[in-house]
Amino acid sequence: MTFQMKWDTCDDLTNYVLQLGDDALVLGHRLSEWCGHGPILEQDIALSNISLDLIGLARQYYQYAAELIGDDMTEDHIAYLRDVGDFHNHSMMEQPNGHWGDTLVRQCLYDVFHQDYLTALTRSSDQRLAAIAVKALKEVNYHVQFSSEWLIRLGDGTQESHDKVQNSLQGLMTYSAEFFQASKADAWALKQGVGPDVAALKPGWDSRMDALISQATLSRPAADAAIWQGKEGSHSEFLALLLSEMQSLPRSYPDATW
Amino acid sequence: MVGDDPHGWWACLEGVPDPEIPVISIVELGVVRDIRQGEHGIDVDLSPTYTGCPAMDMMAEDVQKSLAEKTGQQVQVHLLIDPPWTTDWLSESTKDKLRAYGIAPPVGSTSDKRELFGPPAQVSCPKCQSAQTERVSAFGSTACKSLYRCLDCQEPFDYFKCH
Repeated sequence: MTFQMKWDTCDDLTNYVLQLGDDALVLGHRLSEWCGHGPILEQDIALSNISLDLIGLARQYYQYAAELIGDDMTEDHIAYLRDVGDFHNHSMMEQPNGHWGDTLVRQCLYDVFHQDYLTALTRSSDQRLAAIAVKALKEVNYHVQFSSEWLIRLGDGTQESHDKVQNSLQGLMTYSAEFFQASKADAWALKQGVGPDVAALKPGWDSRMDALISQATLSRPAADAAIWQGKEGSHSEFLALLLSEMQSLPRSYPDATW
Repeated sequence: MVGDDPHGWWACLEGVPDPEIPVISIVELGVVRDIRQGEHGIDVDLSPTYTGCPAMDMMAEDVQKSLAEKTGQQVQVHLLIDPPWTTDWLSESTKDKLRAYGIAPPVGSTSDKRELFGPPAQVSCPKCQSAQTERVSAFGSTACKSLYRCLDCQEPFDYFKCH
């Protein structure tokens, strides 16, 4: 396989589709790290199920991107042979799992956003993306329910669980600002009617999160201001580590088949 | 669709069981959407249940193998997500088979939005038919099922989610 893919050589639509796929793959992979380590069997299975949904969603986006790029491009090339700077996921996706509360807070912050985002994407002028969004939304509805219930259960649980998730919220909330800041690909997609106006999703997300946070007896951290640039390819150190593990087999044995 | 089946293609795929729930066929599951003669053999459209369902690859392989064996033609399988698969495509007799196998079939229809956003549906125990059941976990042994427990006979059971 002599394969080199550079972000700037793809057209705008492909870049946008890859950005969507990268969120799904990176978060899906993060959740898969819980497999076999969940606190009890049912919760272990739940996170593995959500992980599978997200990796399935990543495949939908990557298969589409591979068709757009053409030649011999495949979904596996896209997942396994790109370097860290070519991934354009939100920085929140790559943050380490931490403890159960950290994982569920990250999940809840993203799920609520993801649900609204996909709802808007069902109206995309791109028929393929609209169809993917319709399909994914049915699954993400379960994710939102699961992570919201956990946020409430942990926040309104014991003093220890409350303090722990309050701390998780403090750390992870800063990454949420990136959801509503348009990347170059987002701006192109909005102009073409392909993708939603991410800034316009903020008020809805704010009020849904405020309601959940208050039901969980938690308080919303004030500072939302840190600016992360994952969607432009600038990542925290955690993504490179994630990729080195995820990509090690196909990079070491490029012709290996299942 | 199966009623008008001059080549016996549908009947052939009715013999292909769901890899996870062998008491129903992939046709009964609603996964097979279309079978037609193409330029280079037979084309089959499959609709994945859940995007990440690991059984899809096996279903596609089983379809390919059984139709190729029957017809001697090449078989191409296409995965289509539009329209999205829904449990509304399960017939009443298919639901009976699920129940007899110990899986509670989906309650209600996806056109009723309460199924997706409201409290979990009232699911009856497939073993003792009691309505006194509780949900243990929204996610079960496969993507399409959640885990329930019967408060009367005490048995745990799978519920095929309304989707």
